[in-house]
Amino acid sequence: MRYAMAIDTKKCVGCSDCVVACQTENNVPIGYCRDWVVEVMDGTYPQLEIEIRSERCNHCENSPCVRCCPTGASHYSDGGIVLVTPDECIGCGACITSCPYDARYTHPEGYVDKCTFCIQRVAKGLQPACVSVCPTKCMYFGDMDDPKSDVSLILKKRKYKTLIPEAGTKPQLYFLI
Amino acid sequence: MATRRDFIKISGLGLGGLALGGNAAMKVVANSVNGKLYGSFKDFMRTPTYCEVCFWKCAGWVYKNKDGDVWKVSGNDEDMNSNGRFCPRGTGGVGMYYDEDRLKTPLIRDGKRGEQYFREATWDEALDYIAEKMKKIAGEHGPECIGLFNHGSGGKYFGTLMKAFGSPNIAAPSYAQCRGPREVAFLSTFGEGIESPEKTDIRDTRCLVLIGSHIGENMHNGQVQEMSDAIDKGATIITVDPRFSTAASKSKHWLPIKPATDLALLLAWIHVIIEEGWYDKEYVEKYTYGFEQLKAHVKNMTPEWAYGITTIKPDVIRESAREMANAAPAVIIHPGRHVTWYGDDSQRLRAVAILNAILGSWGRRGGFYKPETMHLPDYPHPEYPKPRKTWRDAFPNQFPLAGLALASGICDASIPAPYRDCSFKGWIVLGTNLVETLPNQKNTIEAIQNLDLLVVIDTMPMEITGWADVVLPECTYFERYDSVRTGPHRKRQLALRMPAVAPKYNSKPAYWIARELSKKLGLEAYFPHENLEDLLDWQLKQVGSSLEEMQRIGVKTFEREYDDLYFANGEDIEFLTNTGKIELYSTEFENAGFDPLPKYTPHPEPPEGYYRLIYGRGPAHTFSRTANNPNLTDIMSENALWVNPRVAKEWGLTNGQPIWLQNQDGLKSRFSIKVRVTERIRWDSVYMVHGFGHENKKLSRAFGKGVSDSKLISRVHIDPVMGGTGMRGNFVTFLFEEPKEQEVQS
Repeated sequence: MRYAMAIDTKKCVGCSDCVVACQTENNVPIGYCRDWVVEVMDGTYPQLEIEIRSERCNHCENSPCVRCCPTGASHYSDGGIVLVTPDECIGCGACITSCPYDARYTHPEGYVDKCTFCIQRVAKGLQPACVSVCPTKCMYFGDMDDPKSDVSLILKKRKYKTLIPEAGTKPQLYFLI
Repeated sequence: MATRRDFIKISGLGLGGLALGGNAAMKVVANSVNGKLYGSFKDFMRTPTYCEVCFWKCAGWVYKNKDGDVWKVSGNDEDMNSNGRFCPRGTGGVGMYYDEDRLKTPLIRDGKRGEQYFREATWDEALDYIAEKMKKIAGEHGPECIGLFNHGSGGKYFGTLMKAFGSPNIAAPSYAQCRGPREVAFLSTFGEGIESPEKTDIRDTRCLVLIGSHIGENMHNGQVQEMSDAIDKGATIITVDPRFSTAASKSKHWLPIKPATDLALLLAWIHVIIEEGWYDKEYVEKYTYGFEQLKAHVKNMTPEWAYGITTIKPDVIRESAREMANAAPAVIIHPGRHVTWYGDDSQRLRAVAILNAILGSWGRRGGFYKPETMHLPDYPHPEYPKPRKTWRDAFPNQFPLAGLALASGICDASIPAPYRDCSFKGWIVLGTNLVETLPNQKNTIEAIQNLDLLVVIDTMPMEITGWADVVLPECTYFERYDSVRTGPHRKRQLALRMPAVAPKYNSKPAYWIARELSKKLGLEAYFPHENLEDLLDWQLKQVGSSLEEMQRIGVKTFEREYDDLYFANGEDIEFLTNTGKIELYSTEFENAGFDPLPKYTPHPEPPEGYYRLIYGRGPAHTFSRTANNPNLTDIMSENALWVNPRVAKEWGLTNGQPIWLQNQDGLKSRFSIKVRVTERIRWDSVYMVHGFGHENKKLSRAFGKGVSDSKLISRVHIDPVMGGTGMRGNFVTFLFEEPKEQEVQS
């Protein structure tokens, strides 16, 4: 099993609903976030292009954060989801520095926090909060090992890219372009 | 009382035990008080609601944490407005409940209007004060001299109270300040308005044309969702906007039009479609009136003519017209929503209606569908007294086609004038921040200063509360019942809002407030139900449901009452217009003394060194209503001023630099706004998101953040057809020093 997410940049309108839904679902304190929206604009008026991306932890197959964690708090869980065990985290911040995607933050209670692909929902057969709320349905989540999962099907159909592939982390967030 | 911080801590610890998935088993405990079979909010782990953050009213569920307090809100899968997906504002709606700046108890003014001195009062005291003043105004001037402004679900019961009291003057700024012109234009053309949610069949369209409408930045939920579906299905999107909006970035054609010239483009499109013979001949022949006059009217309105006005190249005009014709009838020239721009808005929207008509999209799949609304009977009540005058008497022979009361009209008619025998003396304002909502703030404040009574009912200390004589704290939609949502949509649906929790502080539901006030006015016969839930249960039972059922399911769908969503092939149709046809040539406009076919007239252009002020929506905010919401300010806490790099270079402006603004009439912004240098805006315009620059210090997160566009809109172009207030004809320049305090006082 290999969980992954695909985000359709052609449909995303950058509304940040994914951010708000994650915050309320996971009780992320106001002022912090586990996911965020990036807009990249190119060109000069009126020849313009924008790519909009909802970003979060890439749940990399080769995660620098897991490798550098001195206590083992950062670890791989079922389906390759990268998690942090708050009780084991000493808040040293090595993982924050090592993450090429800037996906982690220090929770006010002292441990490092990040996207969990809403593992508590996924375990119940639900979609992650961001995926289930998105008004444009631009996000696809599922098991890459299952050829019939939403994410496998859409990646077969569409062109995609990953972010900073040169970092060699084997990210599991795919952006449809 | 749990604070937000406690809430996070508690629910964070308990997350594992919350088991509140969408399929969580519902526990209903019958409430046998008075033999009735419906529950209290305490009996439910999740309670149904429909959202109150904007007018779309998406239905969903409020989930509670293990302490029984509000945790999160998400969509109801059965709901056609949201399809189970709330927008960011709806998802962040919990912030309205937890906002610690909420109005907490009734307040009575203790000093001059406009100075923020209030004393706390009991409900009894506050309502006595209001009732006494209302009776006095009614005695001296007539009950009609009290007007209600409302923009929220609670307004319904204040409407009942007003009608019972004898005033028909009930206005929502959503008409004259927003969508009125499109309703008038489509009514005159098709005999039917657009309504809300819009009857645009976007999900099945093959070509969507957006003129200044920025779907995706306005999160009108169903439309955003359907636009995404249309993109998936390969529909063509054409966007006309001086700004490279998010929708423009999803479009095949972006037409970066010179502002205020849209009508010329529309006429040129009509010209091309007629001259090339691309219109739907059968449809035009069978259903429309005035085609030959239209054809003659647009004869010279060529793309070359429009190019000189709009700066859109003739081949682009032809090509985009061709795209529409290829897709027809599955094409939508979208009527937009906030369309009060330049004062000839009804005429511009007539051109939109005509273009849709000749392409045959009205009543066709992928064009405009025929919605249905669920009708819930009203509980029998005594007859309302007959008013002797209405707001219209203040405007003899003006705005003949206005279909609803004008909020701006009631405001203007509150300023005494020798030629006007009807002046308003009292305002009741519910859920609308009038000083920000109405253009020309100076005028609004002058009107307020002439009132004998201003009552404001709100959940938040918006600026308008500072001018009130009495402020009444309404509880949020998480804490109350409201009337049942009834549509319109593709099928008939009912959606229930019930409280998830008890009202915080000393706040009360609008129904309770209106009913208590009715008692003091001797009008309780109009409010026979002590509790709103008893009335709702009675209403629901008339249509085969019940409150008990709705508490469990939240949304109930009924099949359509009449035929199909679209016209049948060759169907004979009587349109509700004077001619019974779709009026390309409007006899209604002609009879009222207006151009029966729309004409382009040039609008004023910015003077040297000034830029047209364009405003719009950000996806995380609704009007100025959400500017203090903790969850939503976390996404966007202030607005920015979009400036083209050429302009920025000329003025030496840099990204993030705070500046102040001054408009063509010398009005200055009180606060600064940060510059956003971007190619996404034309060099003759600047852009900001509406709803910021709050001046009330009681809004602790919103105070002083960004600039209020409303405050810089002093030149209002009134639509003579229906009284809409055109607000896009204001120009601003940049100030590098903070204006002195006396320069920016309201």
